[in-house]
Amino acid sequence: MKRTIPLLITGVVGTVLVVAYFIPHPPFDSLREDFSIFFDIIASVAFILGGGNLIRMHGSRISRKESNWPYSVVTVLGFLLTLFVGLTKLGNPNGFLGSSVTTSGSYFYAAYEYIFRPAAATMFALLAFYVASASFRAFRAKNAEATILLLVAFIVLIGRTFVGELLTSWLPDSLHFLTIPYLVEKIMVVLNFAGNRAIMIGIALGIVSTSLKVIIGIDRSYLGSG
Amino acid sequence: MSLVRPAPRGRPDHQTRPPRNPLLLPLALILGGMLMGFLPGSVTSASGQVETEAGGQVETETGGQVETEAGRRAEGAAGDAVPQTAPPPPEIEARDTPSDRGENITVTWTPPPEDTGVGGPVFGYRIERGLSPEGPFEHIGQASPGATRYDDTNVADGLPYYYRVITLTASAEGTSGIGGPAIAAPQWINTNQWNVFIVLALLLGFNLYFIEHIKAGGKPFIRKIAGLEAINEAVGRATEMGRPILFVPGIQDMNDIQTVAGVTILSYIARTVAEYDSRLVVPTSRALVMTTARETVKEAFLAAGRPESYDESSIYYITDEQFGYVAGVNGYMVREKPATCFYMGAFFAESLILAETGNSIGAIQVAGTAMPAQLPFFVAACDYTLIGEELFAASAYLSGEPKQLGSIKGQDVGKFIGMLSVAVGVLVLSIAMITGWDPLVRVAEWIRIFWSTELA
Repeated sequence: MKRTIPLLITGVVGTVLVVAYFIPHPPFDSLREDFSIFFDIIASVAFILGGGNLIRMHGSRISRKESNWPYSVVTVLGFLLTLFVGLTKLGNPNGFLGSSVTTSGSYFYAAYEYIFRPAAATMFALLAFYVASASFRAFRAKNAEATILLLVAFIVLIGRTFVGELLTSWLPDSLHFLTIPYLVEKIMVVLNFAGNRAIMIGIALGIVSTSLKVIIGIDRSYLGSG
Repeated sequence: MSLVRPAPRGRPDHQTRPPRNPLLLPLALILGGMLMGFLPGSVTSASGQVETEAGGQVETETGGQVETEAGRRAEGAAGDAVPQTAPPPPEIEARDTPSDRGENITVTWTPPPEDTGVGGPVFGYRIERGLSPEGPFEHIGQASPGATRYDDTNVADGLPYYYRVITLTASAEGTSGIGGPAIAAPQWINTNQWNVFIVLALLLGFNLYFIEHIKAGGKPFIRKIAGLEAINEAVGRATEMGRPILFVPGIQDMNDIQTVAGVTILSYIARTVAEYDSRLVVPTSRALVMTTARETVKEAFLAAGRPESYDESSIYYITDEQFGYVAGVNGYMVREKPATCFYMGAFFAESLILAETGNSIGAIQVAGTAMPAQLPFFVAACDYTLIGEELFAASAYLSGEPKQLGSIKGQDVGKFIGMLSVAVGVLVLSIAMITGWDPLVRVAEWIRIFWSTELA
């Protein structure tokens, strides 16, 4: 029963939504939106679940004084403080009922704007360094394929800067096809696009196939059973 | 600027609908601006969708307030006496828009020969609607020169509507005959999606056929997927090193099919981990994913005969925020140094941050995603990468069940048909270009349309 009911719900809802795609007549026309709203409702309830889990897990670490427990203190304090200033709309210039919690000037806004955003931007900024280190490893000319990759990457990287334009700008019009901007365009629009499309076709077929397996009930591994 | 149009007669205001796609508004404004550059006067935009013979579709809003001579006349024509000497559209037809949810009537007309497009003597068309052929008629919209169609999306189902189209020139107008009655009604079948239906039916058919074929004893050839073959090795390595195994199911929720595919792989990994008596850690960025992953891992440990080894606290929620989640996972990686990292699901900018951190701690890494933009990062930073469709095939591949393997073969046939279509399309179009034989061009065009969403 524990497996049958979820499988039944998945099968029925999945089939109805697939069929509804071909039926514009009410009530089928709005089913996709309706189910999307149902999911949002469930997901919003799950926030409570997530928040509860966060408190329980980090509370347990703090109480047991597990390794790195001070980090958990920061996490719990950050969570509770944000929740508090958000729920009470503390510092909201228009009062509790005056305006949204995200109004400029409120403590919640300040926490988001001056603590969270810089922290997130810092994490994002790490990407620049990681791109450099990953490229350094990926572009080593270990064999023929890697050498081609290195060459193509070099052309594209150079071509994306003003240097690419300058390096081959002296070429006559009859040799336009050898200019770096032209090569970059062809690499990106023809080679890259063709490869990308092939991957996209595979992904689309994979999505259809996986969806069918889940709807028909062939694939039950998401329920923990093979 | 309001996007809501006034309700038609006999229909309450609350039933009015905004235009189909608000994103078309900027396009309309740009096109309107361009039109102003071409026309001697200015144009008052009216609501409605207008399709030109060139195929362009323009949606303008009420009160667009870009005025031209034609526009002013379109607005004020009801009261002013304008000479009826302009050539009217010779034919007009109004009919219920097919394959829709109702409340929509399509008006089409044949433009007079004098309509030579933008810049010509015809400034545009005024579309009027009435509830009887005798009138009165009200102005409901305007179309550009060269237009042949107007979608009236502001009608009630079940009422008969009559239309007329008026040609507008610099000094005169020409009124067409009456089109209608047209009665809007919702349809039960969307015939615009027949190509999608055929592809879906074929894929379903192939899947079911191969499932039955393999169940009956057929031996399918499934190529080795290195990333999936390495799972046992990766889990074994972590066990030998006495370090945990990290599984990251992406940052999307359970309504994303990639997350579902990731969780199915988690099921197999969890069973292997249970058999090796190793430790699995699953930080999630969505509470629903956490709940599903807990259930999946618990069942997997149970199936492996080690329910006592299941640790619920090792599958936990961090945050919905992308970089907050990355910070949490990276912190764990740097502190605990897992020996093996799996990344299976939907990833965005965090893919490289996670994979490079994993690389820096010397973990063996297996990634799988269907996000094409993130694939190069995973390929560069991970030991094995499941590219696109391999992520979706993983569940079947790992289970080895005939039913599931059949779906991989069905998927392969779909891919073969796609490849064949591309090859035939390229060949047919190339020959058509060389020979100039028109039927071949039409065949190539038909193939292109079949694989596009253009029908819709």
